[in-house]
Amino acid sequence: MTAETADTAAIPAKAGPSLGLLRLAEAVSIPVGALVVSAVLFALFLLAIGKDPLQFYQLIWTGGFGSSFSIQNSLQRAAPLILTGLAFAIPARIGLTMIGGEGALVLGGFSAAAIAIPLVSSAVPPPLTLLIMALTAVVTGGLWVGFTGWLKYARGVNETIASLLMSYIAIAIMNFFVEGALRDPASANKPSTMPIGDAYRIGAIPGTDVHWGFAAGVVLALLLWVLMSRTTFGFAARMTGGNLRAARAQGLPVGWLMVVCCAIAGAAAGLAGFFEVAAIHGQANASLVAGYGFTGILVAFLARQNPLAVIPVAILFGALAAAGGVIQRRMGMPDATILVLQGMMFVVLLVSETFYGRLKIFQPKATGERT
Amino acid sequence: MDNALVTVLIAMLGGAIRVSTPFMFVALGETLTEKSGRINLGLEGNLVLGAMVAYAVSYLSGNAWLGVLAAGGSGLFLGALHGYICKLPRVNDIAVGIAMMSFGTGLAFFFGKPFIQPTAPRLDAIPLGDWTGNPALAQALQVNPLFFVGIALAVFMFWAFRNTRWGLIVRMTGDSAASAKAMGVSVDLVRFLATAAGGFLAGIGGAFLSLYYPGSWNQGLSSGQGLMAVALVIFARWDPIKCIFAALLFGAAGALGPSLQSIGISQGYYFFNAAPYILTLIIMIISAGSKAAARDVPGELSITK
Repeated sequence: MTAETADTAAIPAKAGPSLGLLRLAEAVSIPVGALVVSAVLFALFLLAIGKDPLQFYQLIWTGGFGSSFSIQNSLQRAAPLILTGLAFAIPARIGLTMIGGEGALVLGGFSAAAIAIPLVSSAVPPPLTLLIMALTAVVTGGLWVGFTGWLKYARGVNETIASLLMSYIAIAIMNFFVEGALRDPASANKPSTMPIGDAYRIGAIPGTDVHWGFAAGVVLALLLWVLMSRTTFGFAARMTGGNLRAARAQGLPVGWLMVVCCAIAGAAAGLAGFFEVAAIHGQANASLVAGYGFTGILVAFLARQNPLAVIPVAILFGALAAAGGVIQRRMGMPDATILVLQGMMFVVLLVSETFYGRLKIFQPKATGERT
Repeated sequence: MDNALVTVLIAMLGGAIRVSTPFMFVALGETLTEKSGRINLGLEGNLVLGAMVAYAVSYLSGNAWLGVLAAGGSGLFLGALHGYICKLPRVNDIAVGIAMMSFGTGLAFFFGKPFIQPTAPRLDAIPLGDWTGNPALAQALQVNPLFFVGIALAVFMFWAFRNTRWGLIVRMTGDSAASAKAMGVSVDLVRFLATAAGGFLAGIGGAFLSLYYPGSWNQGLSSGQGLMAVALVIFARWDPIKCIFAALLFGAAGALGPSLQSIGISQGYYFFNAAPYILTLIIMIISAGSKAAARDVPGELSITK
């Protein structure tokens, strides 16, 4: 179905090919094509291990979008993915491959849960408590990833490896406190911080079961789209990402831009952690380490680092996650099935990068200008 | 107190020997790949998939060494895939590494599910410390043959990079693709082979994890060792011999938490678990600014650009 929309987008491009439209058609059809190819490859994989691909894709459809319940479930799961997708996309625009979203999410969620403990026990009103929690998560995440950005700028430390290491450190910090000083004695099997209590939970968007994190993600994606494509800051950041030397030569504050982009990324992921705690778990524990940070990388790649495109892609992956449970039960497949599918998509998607600018159909017809 | 210190030191020595082997194999594999001018960040995926395949094959065939070989094969598959994709124009090798990490881990978790429970035949160690008469030391000196394979391999690689035609070709490809082309060497082919071979070695490292230490297969088996080993290569300045020492250092850091726990200091256990990551980060910060590292880096490596 999605492939058809891509084709229709390409038809007007043929009729009167304006460059912008061709670029848009290319930017939409190549990732969609990659999705289709990876779906076919995964179907072959399923056939090879003796499972029915049709049933699989049908279950993904019903589990992700089949009913109002499953749609809301998908949107709910899309919420952290929008935020972690943004956490990868924004530094990517300035040329940094930051994969520390998972750590910033975990640490953001943990710091929010930790600051809630004294606030809840001294009966601070819930709206104020939630506001303070959210700010704490945003600042913690922003500082965490911003620090990695600073290391890149000031010391030239490879940001990809450093950000992943920082994620492991973040998880260790949370475990250290959750298993020790901040452990709720009542959490026997799964060490956790003190629950914030139902009164302090953030509610659902009125008329739905979807928590406010989804709305926050959509709003932030819109804001960041404006920031990256309609402001001087965004232009400077994209220019730095396109050509670092030229940006330096122009006298742009390259280091500052990098640190700010990373801090925005960390803030987005930290916010995701806040919503996971305030809306889903009610406390910080190992459930925060759910891989949202890593799926967010894939989301951002599929969205071609465009904050607006992050929203639909995150919903698609939210649906995949929502359907994962159904597939596990109905087809007797391990929960890692979705991981394999995502890994395949990721690999195919990167292969598809090679086609940009090489497919004739997306090239302007004017002769003489291009070869 | 002195006694306790000795206990910790012995435990760390044993830990360094045990924990370092997977670091060593991954680091050597990455050194080979990076010497050819390409970076493979995805060796964590090779490590996890190798661990699963080794355990499964060892369980099904009853022969642990067959498992080691199969683990190498699975690493070769991922490495070759990485090498092939990176050959395509306009494809970012860092991103492919991230993708291979998640693909390899996903495959391992998917096929590894049935092998979490059963017990597979494991690799035997060589008892090198029985003569000491000290049970703790004897325990620490139970050394797995793969440890020596790794050291021998490092020495061989060190020699081969300097003294063989193949070593020269790999180094030339890594330092200047243009000169390699001028000499009639196929840059893509050399990098493809180096990435595939590097993947093979990382797979072997995974076999050590599941078949010797910790010695079982589960989803939390590797937590970033593959990634740390990649970082370690920069620290070791692309020198196979230095990789061994760096791996031992990392092994000791990784053994710090369990060693302290063995004498009853369990306070901050989770903090000490973070020690290898923090150490890696500190090492990266130091070596990133170092002029010596800048001198030794293969010229074509995108990671330092």
